[in-house]
Amino acid sequence: MAAITSDVHVEVRRPRRSVVIGVLLVVWVAAYFVLSGIDTLPLGGQETTGFHRWLTENRDFVGQGNIVFDTIRSVVDQLVVLLQSLVSQPSYGRPVPVVGWLGVVAISAYLAWAFGNWKVAVLTAAGLAFVGLQGLWQESMDTLALTIAAVLLSLLIAIPLGIWAGLSNRAFKVATLILDLMQTLPTFVYLAPLTLFFAIGPAAATIATLIYAAPPAVRLTAHAIRSVPPESVEASRSLGSTRGQTLTKVLLPMSRSTVVVGINQTIMAALSMVTVAALIDAPGLGQTVLKALQTLDVGVAFNAGLAIVVIAIVLDRVTTAAGDRPWRTASVRRKVLLGAGAIGVLVAIWFSRTYVWAAEFPSSIGVGSRIAVIAADVTTWVQDVFGGFTYGVRDAVTKGVLNPLEALLTGSPWWLVGAVVVTLAAILGRWKAAVPAVVCIGLLVATGVWQDSMVTLASTLLATVVVVAVGLTLGVWAGRNRRVDLVIRPILDAGQTMPPFVYLVPFLALFGTSRFTAIAAAVVYAVPVTTKIVADGIKAVPLATVEAANSVGSSSWQVISKVQLPVARRAITLAVNQGLIYVLAMVVVGGLVGAGALGYDVAAGFAQSELYGKGLAAGLAIVLLGVLLDRITQAAAPKPHGKGDKQ
Amino acid sequence: MKKLRYATAQWAIGLTAAALALAGCGGAKVGDEQKPAAGGKECGSFNLTVSPWVGYEANAAVVAYVATKDLGCKVVKKNLKEEIAWQGFGTGEVDVNLENWGHEDLKKKYIETDKVAVEAGSTGVNGVIGWYVPPWMAAKYPDITDSKNLNKYADLFKTSESGGKGQLLDGDPSYVTNDEALVKNLGLNYKVVQSGSETALIQAFRDAEKTKKPLLAYFYEPQWFFNELKLVKINLPAYKAGCDADPAKIACDYPPYDLDKIVSKKFADAGGPAYDLVKNFKWTNEDQNAVARMIAVDKLTPDAAAEKWVNANRAKVDTWLGK
Repeated sequence: MAAITSDVHVEVRRPRRSVVIGVLLVVWVAAYFVLSGIDTLPLGGQETTGFHRWLTENRDFVGQGNIVFDTIRSVVDQLVVLLQSLVSQPSYGRPVPVVGWLGVVAISAYLAWAFGNWKVAVLTAAGLAFVGLQGLWQESMDTLALTIAAVLLSLLIAIPLGIWAGLSNRAFKVATLILDLMQTLPTFVYLAPLTLFFAIGPAAATIATLIYAAPPAVRLTAHAIRSVPPESVEASRSLGSTRGQTLTKVLLPMSRSTVVVGINQTIMAALSMVTVAALIDAPGLGQTVLKALQTLDVGVAFNAGLAIVVIAIVLDRVTTAAGDRPWRTASVRRKVLLGAGAIGVLVAIWFSRTYVWAAEFPSSIGVGSRIAVIAADVTTWVQDVFGGFTYGVRDAVTKGVLNPLEALLTGSPWWLVGAVVVTLAAILGRWKAAVPAVVCIGLLVATGVWQDSMVTLASTLLATVVVVAVGLTLGVWAGRNRRVDLVIRPILDAGQTMPPFVYLVPFLALFGTSRFTAIAAAVVYAVPVTTKIVADGIKAVPLATVEAANSVGSSSWQVISKVQLPVARRAITLAVNQGLIYVLAMVVVGGLVGAGALGYDVAAGFAQSELYGKGLAAGLAIVLLGVLLDRITQAAAPKPHGKGDKQ
Repeated sequence: MKKLRYATAQWAIGLTAAALALAGCGGAKVGDEQKPAAGGKECGSFNLTVSPWVGYEANAAVVAYVATKDLGCKVVKKNLKEEIAWQGFGTGEVDVNLENWGHEDLKKKYIETDKVAVEAGSTGVNGVIGWYVPPWMAAKYPDITDSKNLNKYADLFKTSESGGKGQLLDGDPSYVTNDEALVKNLGLNYKVVQSGSETALIQAFRDAEKTKKPLLAYFYEPQWFFNELKLVKINLPAYKAGCDADPAKIACDYPPYDLDKIVSKKFADAGGPAYDLVKNFKWTNEDQNAVARMIAVDKLTPDAAAEKWVNANRAKVDTWLGK
């Protein structure tokens, strides 16, 4: 029913809105020709404002020696070192870690089997053996140790926060704002200051990872708690349960599977931080990637990136299986088998502590170097074959779309751009969107990097449009066809967790150093998340609804456009929103391949102490762009009528 | 289905156990292999930052190798960006930086104001910063190496990013560049475009030489990439002391850099053989390039590269050790 009402709503309102918006844009373009070049607030590469210098000077204001930071640091450090000595580093006077590779494979497969099923157990064993064969066992274990530490700490903080935000509306509003900040503020902005608070080493790397990885778990926990039907809560209350009992007996069990999705996303986010954290000496695969890129060795970098992807896929499938497993006590048979398995694991651990072949992964098998050679060859081939063509595409898109858009945004006076944005927000979402727009525009001007923000905004808009178009197409396709879903899911996982640094080199060869290269990289990174959310939304459309549409003879196109997309509207809004946030998360990486503007400012602030303040201001500008675009897209999305959240 | 599942699991466990029992009997036991020489008593351990370029890694590899093998020190290498390594002097996380490129502002802060670091002499390596073109361009347009002729060729360097002017590609944001001021003060019809990273620069040069694309970019020596491609430097008006005093009015080339070593105050005050080694360590661009080449092109591990070089240059190493 909701679908039909909203359809009507769309048909009545849209034309009027779009006419008004069209007129607004025409007025803007006309005004641009008259006013271009006035009040554009430019700022040269090495120039700073008073605000930037103030930020630079006050950077060290907390400093170290603070007892709170020292305590946190030593606790986190010890946790990481403990995990490392268990699986990766020589420890306790022995030349090998406490548990050798055989033991780690056995334990992991056993856990996967106990919490998931035998299929993921096989996958786990195969995945771990594969990274070993790649010649990256120790690096992978370092990465795993750091990831586990960061994920454990993230969950320790995120789950209670998520529950709180799930129960209280006010906490939910505050949390959403802070989470937006945590996810869009570029890591580079807080990486260097973190080392001031927590010194160089595993602690700073873990905490940097935590900041980026915790938000999904908070969001999804809160979302899960809020989605529990009120009837269940009322029933529990009426039976005389206390608040605590309602939480532990009703709310938490009912939201378990969604919370697991949150944990899963946290793991993925933590793994995507591996390379960035390596910049402050985090051990593991990130180091291998960075070292290989110093000599532009795409093959070796790809090999290490592939290991990260494999670990990510294993962790993803195991947590998903654990989330899907029904909550029931095991049968006697399974208990016996689990017991037998446990004994097998203990035997494997004993072997891995006693014999060298089970402790250190045999290094003679050169799978890794063969992968590296193949990857390098493929890259060269692609570059040679498509090189000329890709430059043509780049020039066409840049000249035809990007340059005019950028000229319009950077050439107009700031107050004109501001007025257009606020009016647009007001048309789409009335004062609820207009007020945040006014605040964001004001703060953007205050950051002193207005013109750079507009350059970045132009690229971001273009990238987001492409992401949404590609993500919707792929998502609908995968959502309607199980086989497609099965094939593209590992590719999507790879897109999300393969360190961007790895594919930047081939991209640079294909497109040169340009804004277009940055857009391409952002698209690769953001399409997976958009596709996944759309696919899940399409799959969630009740089968009966689709069949009803089919039975009245609708074509596939009609089913998609009139039934599936409108019903999956909420998922699509979320997909657009996440696509946008992911595009913004890549702005800094874009700065490393020629996008300039905000991304470059942030990177320069990380590298040069006198530009720190400007880098921080640019980081804040990225957040502001994120909040601004987020509020406008939310407002533009058609609201469901009446029923509210639950459908 | 269920039956099958358990049967499979049982089989898997059984097989694994059997395989373990079979394979286990013959293997070498953990702890059989030689323990590393019990060193480190006299020398102790020190933290060595490793900045993210191959030339630096060559320094670090050789110093770490000599410190470990000849002095029995324990060297903890930390992979850090320069800025963060400087912070580390204050927190005690970093003791030694073997190759510092200028950074007068950081010297002022950490050496003069905070007094947590001290200079430890020249690395012996000369750093050069400037504008470069790929070799094919220098061959085809011989007079391009004079900056006065750059305007003549500006059209060649147009790209989608340079807004109708010639493109001057800048690199890693770690380095302070005067390029915007230079372009303006030399009256060049060029626009500075930020590539944003060393990776992007090197890839651009590689591509430019391979497909004969024009490219003018900021680059520096020593750099392992010169082993692959001999880039040609553009002659800007010669550097004279003081010509770069006012950043906005610079119209001369970059100064030659004498790369130097910085150590933490604590490490210097403690003295000891490791400090003496670091202080005496000095080699040349050729030495560094040789080791960097082994690491970057021949794909040796840093340690293996260091071993090879040290064995071939024992006399030089002995002077560092005061022998």
